[in-house]
Formats: sequence, structure tokens, C-alpha cells
Amino acid sequence: MKRLTDVLFDALLPLLAASLALLVGAVFLMVMRVNPLTAYAALVEGAFGTPNAVAETLVKATPLLLVGLGICIAFQANVINIGGEGQMIVGAILGTLVGLTFTDWPGWVVIPLAMLTGFVGGALWGGIPGVLKAYFNVNEILSTVMMNAIAVQIMNYLLRGPMIDPVQKAMASEIPQTAALEMAFRLPRWVPTRLHLGTLLAVVLAVVVHVFLWHTVWGYRIRAVGKNPDASRYAGIPVKRYTVLALLLSGAFAGLAGVVQVYGVNYRMITDGSASGFTGNAGFNGIVAALFGGLHPLGTVPASVLFGALLVGANKMQRAVQVPSALVIALNGLVVVFVVSSEYWRRRRQRRRMALQREAEAPRPVQETAAASSASGGQD
Amino acid sequence: MEGLLEKVLSLSVLLGMLTSGIRLATPYLYAAIGETFGQRSGVLNLGVEGQMLMGAFAAFYVTWRTGNLLLGLLAAVVVGALMGLAMAVVTVNLHAEQGISGIGFYLFGLGMSDLLFQKLLGTVRTVEPFPDLPIPLLSDIPLLGPVFFRHNVLVYAAYLLVPLAWFVLNKTTLGLNIRSVGENPEAADSLGISVARVRYFTIILGGVLSGIAGAALSVGLLGVFQQNMTSGLGFIAVALVYFGAWRPLGVLAGALIFSLVNAMQLWVQVLGVPIPSELAVMMPYILTIVVLVLTVSRARPPSALTKPFEREA
Repeated sequence: MKRLTDVLFDALLPLLAASLALLVGAVFLMVMRVNPLTAYAALVEGAFGTPNAVAETLVKATPLLLVGLGICIAFQANVINIGGEGQMIVGAILGTLVGLTFTDWPGWVVIPLAMLTGFVGGALWGGIPGVLKAYFNVNEILSTVMMNAIAVQIMNYLLRGPMIDPVQKAMASEIPQTAALEMAFRLPRWVPTRLHLGTLLAVVLAVVVHVFLWHTVWGYRIRAVGKNPDASRYAGIPVKRYTVLALLLSGAFAGLAGVVQVYGVNYRMITDGSASGFTGNAGFNGIVAALFGGLHPLGTVPASVLFGALLVGANKMQRAVQVPSALVIALNGLVVVFVVSSEYWRRRRQRRRMALQREAEAPRPVQETAAASSASGGQD
Repeated sequence: MEGLLEKVLSLSVLLGMLTSGIRLATPYLYAAIGETFGQRSGVLNLGVEGQMLMGAFAAFYVTWRTGNLLLGLLAAVVVGALMGLAMAVVTVNLHAEQGISGIGFYLFGLGMSDLLFQKLLGTVRTVEPFPDLPIPLLSDIPLLGPVFFRHNVLVYAAYLLVPLAWFVLNKTTLGLNIRSVGENPEAADSLGISVARVRYFTIILGGVLSGIAGAALSVGLLGVFQQNMTSGLGFIAVALVYFGAWRPLGVLAGALIFSLVNAMQLWVQVLGVPIPSELAVMMPYILTIVVLVLTVSRARPPSALTKPFEREA
């Protein structure tokens, strides 16, 4: 049982870290001779000022949340998945193929089918590094980065060649994009904004992932493997298989994020040759959101909205005070650094509390296995 | 088809590939050797890409403003050292998760170099890169002279760095300290070696070398700076350390294989060989994964890699 002060401390620490990042950002702004208050006011205005701005913020938050959910699963298994970009791309390619192939099927069949296909595609792209890590000892950070680069080239090849819009093919410009999806396949929108059904789906999935991680055997085992692989192995959990499962699921959610971007926002795939041209860096920013949300699916929901707001607000800031929106990418980086650094104080507090507890209570026998006690220790 | 094959395999093309492969390996070498020092001391620095971008920008901007390449290089060194220092504080003093804080530094470098580029340069500009410095006599050797001995000073230095790093790691007290801190920090600490001080040294050295790696790209090879110009190069440098099994010579071999495949890919496109250019571009990445599978499972990483050291109270 946690005390209220501890809950508050846990919640305030990331906010403190984020404020510190904004403070450093303010220093950068002042160096550029921009009033930080004006700049940040424009940012907030751009993100929440009008109903449409709020809708845009939620639209930007959606892929961050979906990618972030996968990141939560991976991190709980102590696996670092930085392949979100590639997994989004592969998911989107397969999902788009479904929509472009079965053009005369009804939307209520094609949309779920496309999402399922994208889910599987992302799972495949995350599962390969998973197998490489579990059975060949290849560091997943490196293999996921390589898989990102490979996915980008596959996308470029397909969109410039086999999957190119027939209209573009006929024109001299040959813009590398697919044909547009049928009207019936587009996710319903909250007209006149661009807010689409995918946002709701992402929030529902956040609850599903929460239940999965904390109320199912698989989730329990994933967390046990992450907390203490040796004890888990001793307890009979097939550690390698659960490592693969974690990366598989992590990739799957990123793949779904890719499909949702196509079916909810762009209605087609288009490439500028880079990964971020399609993903808008969501594969990386999803990590930031998940970290900020305490690697907890429900915490990732508000965290995604916050970072979605930063991204949308940055454009307004760019217009208002001529500060390139790249500042927000740099600030996101600082948030990551500060959040992981702030863990230091959380751990120190925890240690002190445990020392106090040991003093207060008489020594008592240990009842659970190490894996069970440390895994359930994350439950709150 | 046969004519094409002959064209690709002709002597001049092969020599051309070799020359550009040797050049292209330089940024990888600086960054991966720096990373080797860090990892041998137990610190995984994933921020290499961000450090390279900042170094590349600093070198380019200062060179563009002053016209002095050496000042530009110095700027890259300073910026790299500062980023290394920040990384050291976060990972050594605050025990932050190394992999994730590295991603943070990557994003910071990515955004910051882009911001500075847009604010200070506005558009893509060019400077005259480091000039080629043919080595007297050696560069006149027929065929091989131009391949090996007509490069700029940053290229030569990168290759000299490899034996130097090997010597420092394996034959000096400093190297012994670095390795013992990476294998068994508790034992090193009990022998009076300051784990923190050794790691500060290797992380900052890694930052400096990553900064130089960026400079080797922007003012060494190309003479331009562009947003995200490293495009994954820094991450590949980290992969090369695993690939090279944490030994400078292994890293050299990896960097050469990787950049030769890259050079081949460029030449194949120039010569109009009928394979999709995208397939050619992804080859080095596929190759890296394959080689990681073949080599990593046999090599053993430093025992304390990614583990923060905390003295028992």
C-alpha cells in the first residue's frame, strides 16, 4: 500500500522534469532574443486555443499513444524498442494494401481487416528483432534501428514503383504516393475537425493494455521477465518466448498506429524519402510519451496529449515568434533526459522508506519468490 | 548484361570503390572508437547520433563564419565534449538508464542542430572541405597510391586512431583501469580506482570523437550541413562496436566492410546497374544485422555494460 505522499511524489516528479526542460528551453529562447513567455503562450494557444486546435492536438497525440502503448509493454519486459518508425511504416504499407486491393468490399469489413493486417505487419517487424535478441543475443536497440532503415527503403521502393498512384504514374512528376482510399474506408471524423475514430480506439486500447499487463497471466509473466529474468526462468517461465512476445506486441501497436494514420488522417501513403516524412517522428516521440507516462498505459494517455500539444503548438510558435518548431524535438530530448535522471530521487526515496520500514517492523519471513514479489511490486 | 558486369568489375571502378570506401569509413571510425572506450568502461552511449549532428553543425558553422577549418574542428571538439559531459553527469552521478538517456540526447541533438541550422544558416550553404593531402612518394605508387595516400588529414587521423586506441586500451594503465571498471567496478573500486573518474573520461572522450566524426562528415567529406545529415550513421557506429566485439581492430574491420558495401552501392547506382536503388541502399543495413547475428552471439560484452556503479554505503 502506497501512501498518498508517495503517489503525489511519483506524479509530480515527471512534471518537475518537464518544467525543467521548458526552463532550459526558455534560456535557448532568450539567447535567440525571443521572449519565452510570448513563445510559450503562442504554443499553448496553438495547442488548446480553439476547439479545432484541441482536435489537432488529439490527432497528433493518437499515434504517440498507440506507439507508446507498445513501448510500455516492451519496457515492462525490459526491452528497448526504438523501431517504432519502421514498425509504423510496415503496418501502414500492409494496411494500405488491404484498402487498395478490396475496393468493392464494405468499409466495416475493410477497416478492421486493414487494422488487423497492420497490427500483424508491425508485429512481424518488431518480432524479428525479438527473435534476434532472444535466440541470437543481438542487442534489440541496434537491430530495431537497422529495421527502421530497411522499412524506409521498402516504403520508398513500393511508393515509387509497384504501389504508385496510377494517376501519378501517368504524369511526368510521378509524386511517390499511393492512390487515395475509397471514401467508405475513411475513419469517421468529428466534422469540421480532423479528429477521427482512431483516437477513441487508442484510448480504449490503453485500458486493454492495462488489463493485459496487470490482470492476465501473460502480462504478469512479461513483467516478471522484465524485473528478474533469472528468477523467472527458475519459476518455469519461458523467458525467451516472452521477450519475443513483448517485442512482437510492441511492434504490433506501432503498426496499428501506422494504419490509423493512413485511414484516419492522410487517406493515402506518401513519402519524402525519409521515415519522419510519414511518421512525423511518432516512433520516437511515442517513447517519450510512454516514459513520461511512467511506462504505464493509462499514464501514457495524458502524456501523449501533452506531447501532441507540444507538437501542434510548436507550429503556432514558429509563426508567432519565428522560432523553428525543431525546438520542440530538442525539448522532447531534454524531457527524456530529465525524466530518466529524476528516477534517481525516486529510488533514493524508496530506499529510505524501505530502510525505515525494516527498522519499524520485526524481521519477517519472505513468502514469495523474488520474481513474484518484485513483479507485483510494480502494481499500484 | 555481360558488358555491364565487365564495367562494374573493371579495375578503375574497383579502385574507385576502394577509395570512396576508405573515405566513407572515417566518420564511423571516430564515432565507433569513441563508443568502444565508453562501452569498455561499462557505459553504453546511444546519443552518438545527436553528438555527431551537433559536432557536424558546429564545425560547419564556425568554418563558414571564419573560413578556418581548424577552428571549425575545434568547435566540434568543444561541443562534443560538452554533450559528453552532460551524458556523464546523467549516467554516472544520477545512475540514469543509459539506453534511454542516450535516446534523449539523440533527440536533443537532432532538434538542436536543426534549430540552429534554420536560425543561423537559413539555407544549405557550402564551404571548401579539408583539402586532400597527398603523402609524398607513397601517393605516387601506381594504382594503390591514390587509393590509400590521397586523402585529407581527417581520414589519415581516423586510421591512426585505431592502433592508438588499441595501444591505450591494452598496453597502458589507463586502458587497464578502463577495462577493469567495465568488467568489475566493485573490484576496481576496492583497488582505489575511481570508477566515476574513469567513466567521466571515457564518456567525454566518446563525445569528443563523435563531435569529430560529425566534423569529418560536414567539413571533411562533404562541405555542407543539412538537417539530420547523419541519418542513422551514429547508430550504425554503435552497432559496429558490437560487430567488432569491443576491439578497435574489429571495429576497423566492421567500418571498412560497411563503408565498402556502401561505396559499392553508390557505384552500382552511378553505373546504372538495373537493381532498385532502394534495395542497394538497404543492403548495408541487412548486412549489419546478418553480421551481428553471426558475430555477437560469440563475443561477450563487458560485464558491467549499462550497469550504473554505486558504492555500497
